[in-house]
Amino acid sequence: MALALEGSQALARTIALCRPQVVAAYPITPQTHIVEGIAKLVADGKLDCEMVSVESEHSAASVALGAAVAGSRAYTASASQGILLMAEVLFDIAGLRVPLVMTCANRALSGPLNIWNDQQDSMAVRDAGWIQLYCATNQEAIDTTVQAFRIAERCELPVMVCVDGFTLTHTLEPLDLPSAEQVDGFLPAYRFHHGLDPADPRSLGTLVAPEHFSEVRHAHHQALMRAQTEIEQADHEWAAVVGRHCGGLLEVRGDAGARLGILTLGSVLGTLEDAMDNDPSLPRARFIKLRSYRPFPAQALRKACEGLDTLIVLERALSPGAGGIVGPEVQTALIEMEAPPRVHNFAAGLGGRDLTLDLYKSLVDAVLGEKRRHGFAIIDVDTTLLPEADR
Amino acid sequence: MLEIRIHGRGGQGNVVAAYLLASAAIDGGRYAQAFPAFGAERRGAPVAAFVRIDEQPIRRRCQVREPSFLIVQDPALLEVPGTLAGLQAHGTILVDGAEAKIDDSGDNEIITMPATRLAMEHIGRPVPNTALLAAFITLTELMPLSALLDALAERFKGPVLENNQKLVEAAAATVEAGRWREVANGVSA
Repeated sequence: MALALEGSQALARTIALCRPQVVAAYPITPQTHIVEGIAKLVADGKLDCEMVSVESEHSAASVALGAAVAGSRAYTASASQGILLMAEVLFDIAGLRVPLVMTCANRALSGPLNIWNDQQDSMAVRDAGWIQLYCATNQEAIDTTVQAFRIAERCELPVMVCVDGFTLTHTLEPLDLPSAEQVDGFLPAYRFHHGLDPADPRSLGTLVAPEHFSEVRHAHHQALMRAQTEIEQADHEWAAVVGRHCGGLLEVRGDAGARLGILTLGSVLGTLEDAMDNDPSLPRARFIKLRSYRPFPAQALRKACEGLDTLIVLERALSPGAGGIVGPEVQTALIEMEAPPRVHNFAAGLGGRDLTLDLYKSLVDAVLGEKRRHGFAIIDVDTTLLPEADR
Repeated sequence: MLEIRIHGRGGQGNVVAAYLLASAAIDGGRYAQAFPAFGAERRGAPVAAFVRIDEQPIRRRCQVREPSFLIVQDPALLEVPGTLAGLQAHGTILVDGAEAKIDDSGDNEIITMPATRLAMEHIGRPVPNTALLAAFITLTELMPLSALLDALAERFKGPVLENNQKLVEAAAATVEAGRWREVANGVSA
């Protein structure tokens, strides 16, 4: 039965169902309600877990790393500046191939200070070597979180579940929580086999000289690429348990026969779908929901783009001085197609700017209209607010 | 789809009001969504929260720009730019005020009811949200008043819950049951 739950509360309860043995976190908006919720479940005796309150995000990630290496199922969560402060440890966790799960409650980065939703934070650690899964709805965030532990533990890689701050974390809606039996059956007890054990002493993360460093990186890259299979399988097998799937690596929705495609990451998808369906006079689009950003599913993406003339890559972050972040990667992947679509790349909804129903029309107009735009643009920027030189 | 925007000031329980209303709708078997428009939250600053209620799953996650109903927790906010923005032609406004009255002189009917005063009497705190919700549900008959009582029972217990229940009954009695039923039905159909 669907319960009326705030996204963060639902996530806290879901994480508890995954039975982490150690949770370490430092509160930061908009992640706070998630870790508050977990702390309360621990304090109320409903979750048998060591909840470690730390003095910074650097320590939160370090405690989670240590706990996982010592054999615990570990979890942390953060956002924005917290992700940046963790960055050093995030690279360590991934480079050491440590299985743990974290939630990124996506938020803009300073400066200037902004507490609202975009995805610049998780994009900033794109190259840390984590699996990154983006959630379009709170229900997907719940189901992806359960799957993330399975993926992390089977691949021995960390998984970052990216959940749009406020837009998902602070939205109350009807949500289905799995039962403890369902989660227990899906997530058997686990022990990290590269972990530290006094009975079998070894070192982890020591100096690796030039003779071996490239091989370490190569193996890490290969492990991430292989993880695509596990991401699809976890989604498939979880769907067999709960009757819901999240789309595996990516999901094609909307009008499958359309010649126009729109690729999105995260929670903007539903608004675009509503906008298209509400106005039959607008051109139809095939939506590509990119769920797995790392590993980047180039092959699945090419298949999803077959028959498209035009593809819009819409993202919630940018690489200032270059343009989009996801867009160029998509374009590179599609080069191998016989007839690749023309790729247009836009950012929107930065720092919490509302993504309105009008967004769909402005995207379509920008690529099909008479005033067709070329190159990257922040599509909802109001240049009249800027001095002439910055327009 | 029915869209409602709640305006208030930080500390008045805007988000709680939105969550309570959506929870009551969901518990009644409908789809609903509630979320805040967070500013830099601080007591006294104007804030808004949004509620959508529908018979179908709700996909959009944009802010509510053209609501059918406004619930305003402080009458002074009616003068703040943006509060009335986008209210539909048939839309109505429920606002906290010194005494109960109906103003149907303009395009949009405004019903005032003494939510803060009733809250002070029954729960001893100047928080108008629950009383306004009770009046809103009574006016629209979107759901039985018991749905709000059930949603409150999920959050409170003991004497606090009992006082809130008395507050709901007192607030509901200040408005005409079903007066806004057509507005609510017209947009949810």
